[in-house]
Amino acid sequence: MAGALAPKLALARAVAALSRLRGGGGTSAPGKVLLGLDGDAIGALGARLRRGSVLVSATNGKTTTTAMLAGILERAGVPIVHNAAGANMASGIATALLAATRRRGAIAGELGLFEVDELWLDAVAVQLRPRVILLANLFRDQLDRYGELETIAERWANDVEAERFVLNADDPLIADLGRDRPEALYFGVEDDSLALPGMAHAADAKHCRRCGAPYVFEAIYLGHLGHYHCDSCGQRRPQPAVIASDVTLEGVRAASFTLHTPAGQARVSLALPGLYNVYNALGAAALATALEIGLASIVAGLQSARAAFGRAETVTLLPAQASNGAGNGDARAPRELRILLVKNPAGANEVLRTLALEPGEHDVLGVLNDKIADGRDVSWIWDADFELLAGRVRSFTCSGTRAPELAVRVKYAGIDPARIRVRPDLRVALDEAAADRPDRVAPLYALPTYTAMLSLRELLVARGEVSSSWS
Amino acid sequence: MSDANGATLGARTLRVCALYPDLMNIYADRGNLLMLERRCRWRGIGFDLTASGLGEALDADAHDLFYLGGGQDRDQRLCAEDLLESKSASLRSAAAREAVVLGVCGGYQLLGRSYTLGEQTIEGVGLLDVRTAREDDRRLIGNVAIEVHLDDADGDSAGRVLAGFENHGGRTTLGEGAAPLGRVLRGHGNDGRSGCEGARSGNTIGTYLHGPLLPKNAWFADWLIARALAIDVSQLAPLDDRLEDEAHLSARHAAGL
Repeated sequence: MAGALAPKLALARAVAALSRLRGGGGTSAPGKVLLGLDGDAIGALGARLRRGSVLVSATNGKTTTTAMLAGILERAGVPIVHNAAGANMASGIATALLAATRRRGAIAGELGLFEVDELWLDAVAVQLRPRVILLANLFRDQLDRYGELETIAERWANDVEAERFVLNADDPLIADLGRDRPEALYFGVEDDSLALPGMAHAADAKHCRRCGAPYVFEAIYLGHLGHYHCDSCGQRRPQPAVIASDVTLEGVRAASFTLHTPAGQARVSLALPGLYNVYNALGAAALATALEIGLASIVAGLQSARAAFGRAETVTLLPAQASNGAGNGDARAPRELRILLVKNPAGANEVLRTLALEPGEHDVLGVLNDKIADGRDVSWIWDADFELLAGRVRSFTCSGTRAPELAVRVKYAGIDPARIRVRPDLRVALDEAAADRPDRVAPLYALPTYTAMLSLRELLVARGEVSSSWS
Repeated sequence: MSDANGATLGARTLRVCALYPDLMNIYADRGNLLMLERRCRWRGIGFDLTASGLGEALDADAHDLFYLGGGQDRDQRLCAEDLLESKSASLRSAAAREAVVLGVCGGYQLLGRSYTLGEQTIEGVGLLDVRTAREDDRRLIGNVAIEVHLDDADGDSAGRVLAGFENHGGRTTLGEGAAPLGRVLRGHGNDGRSGCEGARSGNTIGTYLHGPLLPKNAWFADWLIARALAIDVSQLAPLDDRLEDEAHLSARHAAGL
């Protein structure tokens, strides 16, 4: 088998080298070639991993959760193979495995750690036969590509197998996947002080997966995540074994919580903001618990986690860029740019909620693209609660391929049109937004969709403000 | 409001009923309601929003405009049953007295005569003489632009454009009693073949255009407001629509127009 595979690996590697020479990122092209030569390559290469593989899927937070797990595993001394660049379809996973293969059937790593796109999870799991799959949440996301949430939930329920599942008890769609899986390990938040007054406008999973009656929510933490039960059939949120309590949210900077696991409890301070990152950390901790990794490594790994690529990343804009145009503050001082990826209503709402925790009026650069990876349909911006920023915006610059539609959204959210500018060209938008600064030291907040985030980073790399993470 | 018309209209209130807003909201239908609300309030017109959910009766005379959005299959089925049981007679009587009824995507399908999913046929309200059948081969997805002639008086004048996004598995066929809402300029429309999009019968309108529809077509929001208040659209005070006009152009451009 390995003999038959070797020439294909060599060919795919050559493609990877060519792709890099041409300046491409090479995060999925080599894998695509490899899978074209051998459709079972992921299974064949995955079988070389001594400790098997674990998979992470969700609509929101895959990349960050997986990055947190990488940190935990590093501290636990487990060498991993990881699709760290976020290329999470079969080709991206094949590329990561290919990059780790060595001569004579060896592989540089013991455990495979892969984030997997929702629609690729069944196909990838068949190949890798994973030890553990972490399923963290299902929020409304790119309906034009993924279809309905129920369809994904059905697919996961019927076609995805693993030795063990780690499931979010607070998401009814996810928790129900443990119905016939008694070995499932659940995680959840238990903190009454976080409960929201009501459900988000477009919350999903309002009806019992088993009998169709409406769920009764005793507490809602985020989107449709919370504590719930069904009066009709008696189904209720499973009791989680891994819990976050006493959550403290510190604006766009940090969050902390008390982590409870069967092995004990500890206080965890994250250098990442928002309840959504507490959920990411909790999922990572639960998966690590399922792998029997010690609490000390889990805590150390979580605390070392930094923003994944474009998610709550902070970049210092050089004075040259920050001072073009008519600035009102000290134009020579560098200015922070905080990049907060937004890609669907649930994620955007958490970012907006986190931003609203910061005092004062904000300068915001919203970049709305409608490329395939963003979702061609931009209607989701009307499900995101930009109302949270009403009265809290000093300037709102709209950019991207659908910039004017974002401008209308924020206008109807209650932001003064005099504070809204539309600059579809990202370069122009960034310059003008950065130069328009208040008298006090204040960051510029960029809220880009996925491809917009890539373009923004590319622009910053070209200007020397951030180093390339493709290297 | 300094505008004379605005002053008269200031005493008016647009009474909107959102049908199943917690279930039929999949394509950010909330945006359509928000457009209507803000554009009324900016003109000093009152705005009154009522939600009508599963099992709740509907008062035919209490609303000027009824809105029904799209939902996931399971939710849409629940709502279809409920519409027939507890709301269909009221909706008919409201439509008969020329209240505006707007159905978008799944809401459009439910306003028709029937919706066939494989073996199963769901009966609709029948306000529009259309029938929809799900075809499994391919969903019709993408940006779309249509040309509409809304005012009976200017039948031969140049039409106006509605732009939006469509995403539907159902193919809708017009019966003899239905006129299309518009002609497809770009995109698929009702069935991807006929060149027709949506349906209209008096003030009852169904369309597959979401995105949402009204933020991309502010002029159409005003047309609906005027119809629902039984006034001419020229009686509505003008608003500063520079951003809205740009958004409309952006949506048309996305559709390739």
